[in-house]
Amino acid sequence: MKPVETTSPTDEFVKGLWRENPVFVQVLGMCPVLAVSNTAINALAMGLATTFVMCMSNTLVAVLRHAIPRQVRIATYILIIATFVTVVDYTIEAISLDLHRALGAFISLIVVNCLILGRAEAFASRHGAGIAMLDGLGMGAGFTLALVCLGGVRELLGSGSLFGVAVLPAGFEPWIVMILPGGGFFTLAAWLLLINYLKQRRQADAEPVREALQ
Amino acid sequence: MNGPDSERAWPMYRALVGVGMACGLLIAIVFAGTRPAIEQNRAEALERAVFAVLPGAERRVTLILTADGRVTPDVEAPGERFDAAFDADGNLIGAAIEASGMGYADTITLLYGYSPASETITGFRVLASRETPGLGDKIEKDPAFLANFEALDVSLDETGMSLRNAIETVKPRAKSEPWQIDGITGATISSDAVGEILTRSTARWVPLIVENRDEIAARGRDEAR
Amino acid sequence: MNEQSLWSIFVNAALVNNFVLAYFLGICPFLGVSAKIGTATRMGGAVMFVMLVSSVCAYGIHHLLIAIGAPFLELIAFIAVIASAVQLVEMFIKKMSPALFRALGIFLPLITTNCAILGLALFQTNKGYGFGQAIVYAFGAGAGFTLALILMAGIREKLEFADTPQVVRGTAIALIVAGILSLSFMGFAGLGA
Repeated sequence: MKPVETTSPTDEFVKGLWRENPVFVQVLGMCPVLAVSNTAINALAMGLATTFVMCMSNTLVAVLRHAIPRQVRIATYILIIATFVTVVDYTIEAISLDLHRALGAFISLIVVNCLILGRAEAFASRHGAGIAMLDGLGMGAGFTLALVCLGGVRELLGSGSLFGVAVLPAGFEPWIVMILPGGGFFTLAAWLLLINYLKQRRQADAEPVREALQ
Repeated sequence: MNGPDSERAWPMYRALVGVGMACGLLIAIVFAGTRPAIEQNRAEALERAVFAVLPGAERRVTLILTADGRVTPDVEAPGERFDAAFDADGNLIGAAIEASGMGYADTITLLYGYSPASETITGFRVLASRETPGLGDKIEKDPAFLANFEALDVSLDETGMSLRNAIETVKPRAKSEPWQIDGITGATISSDAVGEILTRSTARWVPLIVENRDEIAARGRDEAR
Repeated sequence: MNEQSLWSIFVNAALVNNFVLAYFLGICPFLGVSAKIGTATRMGGAVMFVMLVSSVCAYGIHHLLIAIGAPFLELIAFIAVIASAVQLVEMFIKKMSPALFRALGIFLPLITTNCAILGLALFQTNKGYGFGQAIVYAFGAGAGFTLALILMAGIREKLEFADTPQVVRGTAIALIVAGILSLSFMGFAGLGA
């Protein structure tokens, strides 16, 4: 799955956005994606918090990668991640109590987001600090993008607004199902369908070319 | 035997203990740094809620009700918290009390204001709920429902120990007595739950507030001075 | 502190606020290990067991940290203890019952990063449950998780034989099924009142 040693730093950043998008392509870190994407603002805040944690933990893991023995590496990574999550938790509570309340326990649950531990183990423990930070930023940006895609659709259809601003005409009857838990599953399924469809079309387009080459 | 083993174990201890100490220190620093802002946010949010459920209130003091039914301003004392609210001159407006109970989907927590002068509930705010959006969450938004709580009768009987009339949730638009609550169509269980929570909480709190009224009012005069 | 009855706690954790279908906790194993009823049942059993253990641990840690005045270490302590508890349980089962170990095998390490376990520890602390209530809560949450997993596995076994379009196969159809399950579980609301 992993690409052969990518070269340019921009590529490390961009790959997380689309080609290896953590949510749409790797289907990782689903729990927060579904749980806090009922409005676009919650989704954005969650995405940024996760990005910060991933960026910091990736950097620290990369810096310490020679000092940590293999046997205790997972325990150390979890320790580092839990620390930054606690930091984010207190920071969000200090900035806005309402936001903290809306995200609830899901801020603390960033600790067990398999995406973060996965990046620390698969990428940061094998690369330099700078590249690892970019990887964290890119993956985080991809995660945030996916969350906002989901949150935007759910908020638009579920309450007729976007980022808290009413955008649909007053006569619009909100589809309440979209902000219910079931709507989270449906919206993510719809996005995955769209992406599968695009992928299949591209493959179908590439097929005749490959045949012609043979 | 011990030599090579402990030699191999040393980097592990160093990594775990070192990282652990550094992490603990970082958390403690951030905790100390954000504490004032968090406390202030919480106090402001509480103040907004208290002033919303007790119209006319301009000052607020957090008090503790101890297990033996006394009221003390010592917030470290063991017991249950509530807030007393006063007007600008320090006259008692009422008490804001938190109560919770099961709703349709999960626990509903709310804050209500009680005025000893009029012996009524003067308003309530939902602090936390997971009621169904669009249906159950009308308990927070429906103006007709909220109007029930502008002067909900919770007067005490002659003994001063229990309510004269228990709060009752009736069918929508069937309210005929000051101690009744009009339910909400499509949110029967949620609106019943609010009535139920208030009934249980007022039955315990109202006699205690009335009994300690002078003590509570004295705090307001302290504040105004 | 919290006077909710044990029955109400159980029904709420298992059905009304099902960890998977209402709180979205433990989605990874829910999608990953729900292809066969047999594996789903074993996974459910393992999760329920670890939930009970970590619920007891979380109760202890919470009160210990309050007592020494360091509540800010709670998250780190929870995750560290859950990880070690899983490890201990793994070693214990390996020693006591090799057959059970083979059956649970790969699932146990996976549980460490299962957000349902940490979620349980956080929720029971937030709700201020007492010791007995916490255990019932863990039991209910585990039962709900197992139920959701088995239901999903049953549907997916049938789905194998259905003629679904190429484009929805895999995660997409699993999510649609999960959405419908989630909607039908909403019918349980009000049971725990």
